Amino acid sequence: MTREIALRRPPISPAVVVLGGLFVLGLVAAIIRYVNGLGAITNLNDNTAWGLWISFDLLCGVALASGAFITASMVHLFGGERFRPLLRPAILTGFLGYLLVILALMVDLGRPDRIWHLIIFWNTDSVMFEVGWCVMLYTLVLALEFSPLVFERLGLVAPRRLIHALIIPLAIAGATLSTLHQSSLGSLFVILPEELHKIWFTPLLPLMFWLTAVAVGPAMVILESTISSRVFQRGLHLDLLGDLAKVIPFVLAAYIAVKFGDLAGSGELDLLVDWDLESGLFWLEIIGFVALPMVLFSLRAVRESSGWLLFSALLVIGGVILSRFAVSLIALGRPEFAASYVPHPLELAVTIGVVAAGVAAFALVARYLPLFVEAAPSTAAE
Amino acid sequence: MVSVMARVAMLFDAFRCTGCRGCQVACKQWNDLPAEVTHNTGSYQNPPRVSSDTWLLMQFREVEREDGGLTWAFRRYACMHCLEPACVSACPVGALYKTEEGPVLHHNNRCIGCRYCMLACPFEVPTFQWDKGLFEGPQIKKCDFCVDRLSAGMEPACVQTCPAGALMFGDRDELIAVAEARIQEHPERYVNHIYGKDEAGGTSLLYISPVPFQQLGMPKLGSAPIQKDAEDIMQKATPAVLVGMLVGLSGLYWVVKRRQEMMGKNGGSGTQGDREA
Repeated sequence: MTREIALRRPPISPAVVVLGGLFVLGLVAAIIRYVNGLGAITNLNDNTAWGLWISFDLLCGVALASGAFITASMVHLFGGERFRPLLRPAILTGFLGYLLVILALMVDLGRPDRIWHLIIFWNTDSVMFEVGWCVMLYTLVLALEFSPLVFERLGLVAPRRLIHALIIPLAIAGATLSTLHQSSLGSLFVILPEELHKIWFTPLLPLMFWLTAVAVGPAMVILESTISSRVFQRGLHLDLLGDLAKVIPFVLAAYIAVKFGDLAGSGELDLLVDWDLESGLFWLEIIGFVALPMVLFSLRAVRESSGWLLFSALLVIGGVILSRFAVSLIALGRPEFAASYVPHPLELAVTIGVVAAGVAAFALVARYLPLFVEAAPSTAAE
Repeated sequence: MVSVMARVAMLFDAFRCTGCRGCQVACKQWNDLPAEVTHNTGSYQNPPRVSSDTWLLMQFREVEREDGGLTWAFRRYACMHCLEPACVSACPVGALYKTEEGPVLHHNNRCIGCRYCMLACPFEVPTFQWDKGLFEGPQIKKCDFCVDRLSAGMEPACVQTCPAGALMFGDRDELIAVAEARIQEHPERYVNHIYGKDEAGGTSLLYISPVPFQQLGMPKLGSAPIQKDAEDIMQKATPAVLVGMLVGLSGLYWVVKRRQEMMGKNGGSGTQGDREA
């Protein structure tokens, strides 16, 4: 039914050695942390309870996994059947993203052995409760959406059919859980009206986190397609990527409108000309990482060039990373203790190890499972 | 548990406080907390902030008097035992809870160590055991209002030890009356405000002070609990989005599918072909 394009290569390549080494380094750091405590490998303390792992591994990790629900919604719900060739790699990127978030959380949580407490002890007032449940449920949805690759490889017809029958409910659940999850990560910081700088604090943070996640989804699909087309030496669906990118300018425009509207509404526009760190970050994000890619993606010439597409996608991705760090770390002042936090090298090692594990897992799936399938409208309803 | 009083509270009078730190030592002694390795921060204050081994700390600040001279301002830095605590609202597993009687307590056997309470607390009170590995089981630590002493009908250790009468333990409404009386009797001694009466929805710790509270080191807070917006999101927006998305997306799917079927029937292969190209 599906034609497999993945290339077989010798199992041990220099890339595997490097990725494996980085993963082992992160693992060693994690073991030191499990034995001697979080203080042993992090610069976290009572002033800075959340650091690099929350800002990057959790907040950026979840945002950058949004390509999965965007593509799945396009294909299954919005009638974008032609985007199907982009679907499996996007699902895989999202699935791996969520697994890596969980992996990083197992290092960051003080008591990872009690993660299951989220299931039995409920506090529905807590945004963290929603975050925890969305991680668990959406990872399950992604696992089910990914499972056909395994079933096809193993030749298991019955479970493959079962998942196919459930694919629409799964897509609806995925889009709903993603919306809740992406927005709830912003809601986490709504409890900090005093500590978070006024330019960045707003009760609309959940809306802003969701909008940027929607914008970065297609950008991640562009990034992941461009890299795999080079690494695995396969064709690039430039037309599809260009079409998918058409939605980005609208979402970014909405984001700009919400940002300025919110500041105008609370009478805080004058803060933007304070020219301090926080206003500088604001303008850097809005001009360099939102307005610029918004203009670029609305140009036909950009959407028809793989190089420009990649460049513009990287801008959107960079903007999302910037905004997540701004809200969760940089603009989060603790007035009493102007403590400056810089991640410990071993904190960085854990993050790099987690990312290395993700890249290696993507390559392994590309090699051993039917990840890349041709556009085949006739078999789409198989 | 605490059957003696309905709603226990504590009044801290920064005018009466002499900065002897007897309360800080009594807290360590009663709760069996070890000494901390620390460093000189250029003040009598030590250590720099509350930690898992120091639940109560007296902070020392030099502030300018109206006549231009300098004076010490002493701030009691420990859990405020809020009436509507942000930490309790933030904890995903309900490990933190507010008792009927007043103290905000922590079920350590529920805690998953996410440390969101530390972020949520406007007073930066909950602390974490950063040096404990998985096998020792790191915990969130903070003042528990000496709940074990309260159950035995005793005052908190800090109150009992205070030689200057700067700490008073009792019913919250009665303490508010005491604070008002002191301010009224000696308006020249105090700023005309009881911190904690309304701040962040009210706290079980009430402060009166000779210097403005921000100079004392207290955060400027409104009278609404700081978690109000977050709780609105959880109680109203989240269920609405959940149901709205499930219904809306299902409806959208049905409409799109129906339209594609119609186009397939009426428009023939032309439109359909264009879409698939």
